[in-house]
Amino acid sequence: MKHTISLFLTLAAFWLLNSGHYSVLVLSLGLVSIALVLIISHKMDVVDQESQPIYLSTKILGYYLWLIKEIIKANITVVKHIWVGEKSISPTLKKIKISQQTDMGKVIYANSITLTPGTVAIDLVDNEITVHALLSKDIESLEVGEMDRRVTLLER
Amino acid sequence: MDIIITICSGFLLLVGSFLCISGGIGLLRFPDFYTRMHAVGVTDTLGAGMILVGLMMLSTDFLVFAKLVMVLLFTLLIGPTTSHVLAKAAFHNGVRPKDSNNLEQSKEKENTSSIL
Amino acid sequence: MLIAATLAIFVAMILAIIRGIAGPTLYDRILAVNMFGTKTVLLISLLGFVMGRPEFLDIALVYALINFISVIGVLRYSDTNQFKHMPTEDKSIRKEP
Repeated sequence: MKHTISLFLTLAAFWLLNSGHYSVLVLSLGLVSIALVLIISHKMDVVDQESQPIYLSTKILGYYLWLIKEIIKANITVVKHIWVGEKSISPTLKKIKISQQTDMGKVIYANSITLTPGTVAIDLVDNEITVHALLSKDIESLEVGEMDRRVTLLER
Repeated sequence: MDIIITICSGFLLLVGSFLCISGGIGLLRFPDFYTRMHAVGVTDTLGAGMILVGLMMLSTDFLVFAKLVMVLLFTLLIGPTTSHVLAKAAFHNGVRPKDSNNLEQSKEKENTSSIL
Repeated sequence: MLIAATLAIFVAMILAIIRGIAGPTLYDRILAVNMFGTKTVLLISLLGFVMGRPEFLDIALVYALINFISVIGVLRYSDTNQFKHMPTEDKSIRKEP
């Protein structure tokens, strides 16, 4: 039930922010469209913990603040290496073990790796992730496991 | 007050433009496909983010602000997804990184050359 | 500053299109087209502010989604064995003997 409410609120906010017209006719059309989407997604059986991960909502904010800081640091490094030239980079391809148990945790971890410039998650099989990095230093800092630890904390 | 906002947004737009051009230069300079992908990552995350935050500071209407937030969220969701799908498709279709320094690499190079 | 940012985005798009024309493999080209698309989204938003018409942001939103779907579509097609057994150097346009 709470997942349905969360989906309803998301869709309502999306409609209200995108339309900008608040007459009765437009609002009732919006209500009808939201109801239609809710019915269809119930028939497709996609309204569950996976599509609406509201259990994350309390902890995810702190994680994203930390991630933004990491993204800014990684951006500065990559831009520096772009201007210094291709002699200074050391591209590395490596498999890394991950410690997350749930699918959601694995996806958040792989997504964070890809979102940080300088590292791209290529493949995710069971609990091994293939990462390509611009610098071998980045792989080492992933193996130390600061990000891994923080994502695992999100799961509980 | 207005002048501070104008200066801040101008600074953010300037940094964002610099990051976008750097990403473009990296796309031309880097030696192989995977390293070029990291250059595009710069423009997708912080380059777009800085420019959109700079525009948010200039917006006076709340709806305009909300739409800019939506564009930013979509960019941040779409960027990693396309990078991952692109890397995976390239990897499974036999594009290998050029001169990466690990053992696994030499083995895979042989495989690729046998396919060719 | 808005106009300077617009010009910078233009330069980035030109660099992307150069890589798209030159790029040795097919994936370089898809990467360049994807970057071109995301830069177009930024360009449309900036142009909306330059011209004083923030309605352009709706177009930017729709363009972001269309760009995403088109790139994912092309790459799903690559999973269907169509691109496999093809040399990594781009020879997608083969001349029939």
